[in-house]
Amino acid sequence: MTRYILRRLLAMPFLVLGIITLAFLLTTVTKGDPLASIVSDRQMNNPEVVAAAKARWGLDRSLPERYVIYVGNLLTGDMGTSFITHRPVAQDILYRLPATIELVTAAMVVGTAMGLTLGVLAAYFRNSAIDHAARIFALFGSSIPVFWLGLALLYVFSVHWSVLPGPGRVDARMTLPPQITRILTIDALLAGNIPVFLNAVWHLILPAFVLGWAVAGTISRLVRANMLEVLGREFILTARAKGAGEFRVVVRHALRNTLVPTLTVIGYSFAYLLTGAILTETIFSWPGMGSYAVSAARGLDFPAIIGVTIVGGVVFLVTNLLTDIAYVVANPRVRLG
Amino acid sequence: MTILALSRPMRPKWLTWPLAVGGVVVLFWLAATVLAPVMSQYDPLELVGRRLQAPSWEHWLGTDALGRDVFSRTLHGARYSLPIAVVVVSVAVAVGAVLGAISGFVGGFIGSAIMRLVDVTLSFPPMLLAMAVAASLGPGLGNATVAMVIVWWPVYARLMRAQVLEVREREHVEAAVAAGASRSRVLFKHILPLCWTPVLISATMDLGQVILLAASLSFIGLGATPPAPEWGSMISDGASQFYSWWVALGPGLAILTIVLGFNFIGDGLHDYFDPRSE
Repeated sequence: MTRYILRRLLAMPFLVLGIITLAFLLTTVTKGDPLASIVSDRQMNNPEVVAAAKARWGLDRSLPERYVIYVGNLLTGDMGTSFITHRPVAQDILYRLPATIELVTAAMVVGTAMGLTLGVLAAYFRNSAIDHAARIFALFGSSIPVFWLGLALLYVFSVHWSVLPGPGRVDARMTLPPQITRILTIDALLAGNIPVFLNAVWHLILPAFVLGWAVAGTISRLVRANMLEVLGREFILTARAKGAGEFRVVVRHALRNTLVPTLTVIGYSFAYLLTGAILTETIFSWPGMGSYAVSAARGLDFPAIIGVTIVGGVVFLVTNLLTDIAYVVANPRVRLG
Repeated sequence: MTILALSRPMRPKWLTWPLAVGGVVVLFWLAATVLAPVMSQYDPLELVGRRLQAPSWEHWLGTDALGRDVFSRTLHGARYSLPIAVVVVSVAVAVGAVLGAISGFVGGFIGSAIMRLVDVTLSFPPMLLAMAVAASLGPGLGNATVAMVIVWWPVYARLMRAQVLEVREREHVEAAVAAGASRSRVLFKHILPLCWTPVLISATMDLGQVILLAASLSFIGLGATPPAPEWGSMISDGASQFYSWWVALGPGLAILTIVLGFNFIGDGLHDYFDPRSE
């Protein structure tokens, strides 16, 4: 087991270098002309302006040279300057990452809570109406386009019934607490500002549900399958024979034994959440990495596109690695490939 | 009880409810792909009425910000989404299967180089990588298609390689090698025919996900360009006409139903091929 973990950890630097190289190549060796997004159409005919822009952004160098410079700068934490915001890309990403972490965590909590409940109920009342409803719920979750679901729920709950707030992290009239972690709910708690905290949680409900639905579906299917297997085992029969109540049998004896695979699927769901966050943030005007990636892609802001892609890839890689390791540690019987 | 018992032989064993429902929905959208001009009352690009009319008998799903009929546009949307999904999945399967088979059968430096490329590509969240590639290729459906193939082929390469590695060890392959069959004959006659089923099942199940990805790219403006009646970009129109809810309703339901259809089929296939899951 230790050897497996060591091997995976040793492969990390190579994979990260691979991520950097692939992101650089795929966004650079293409026919798209980054100059078009820096220089205005009228100035394109002016050779001096074009040459100056090329020199300023390093576009006059050869590709291998640019690659070496880019990786070198990356080692010092420099991802270049955004064409659009004119700020360092690394700083932009650092400022926006906490909002995404907040949203993804909230979605994970919502998704896990719904998924566990539905999965347990579906397994316990197998082949009943609840079971079928849970199956449909899961199928819808992986079929609804999040950007459309977001729009639809905003229309219904925010405009039509006005029971939930519209897009954004917090009401505009609120005075924001000092930014310490840049995770609004935590900053509000640190400042002891309960109204802002409640308002921020209020704003989190819709986007967290939109993002968490698909994850809830996946978790509920997995929990159901594992619960069915565990509920048929002899120790459940023993527990019942000893007079344990049904709730105790289900939660203490059965659910406990399905936690390892459940934790694993939650870890892997992170990929889905990162992907889903891109569009959810766009719909809900959430100032995170996702909406940054979208505006970079729309505005052909190449330094920002490469930066976001690399950071997304590395975050994804690390969570998957941690999930794999956690699975092995919790399950020493697993045969390692 | 008796009715159930009687009706049982009428239904072939493979035809489960999810499979039937999914099949009907997908068939409807296949029909729309071919017959959209006949099935819709209006031209999808023509301005046929007042702007932003709510749904009525004349315009079943209302009209959009330019006065085009949303229902007709939604039907025509199938002509973008379905062919794109089929092209992306077929090309990705072709590329992935060839590279995966090479990696599994030949091995060596080339084999492991291919697998490292697969590992790195799969290290990205798919949507993020597709966005980055599509953005650098420039907007347009063709470029979005290329971007999606780049993101998707490694999935099949990994699957194909695992299959080849597994089948290679079977006894009939050993027998063929012992009988003096050439390497290419062993690969094409004895190994590959046994590798296709899981790859094709997984490809069918992926069609829905590719439709979602294509619509997502169009939604953020990296796929279809206006005035094409593509579902993702129609929902984007709907987002800018937020209070006219019907503009986004048609394309949204279209994506939902077709992806749901493919997922139902996938669910049914899964039940059929893996009876343990019940």
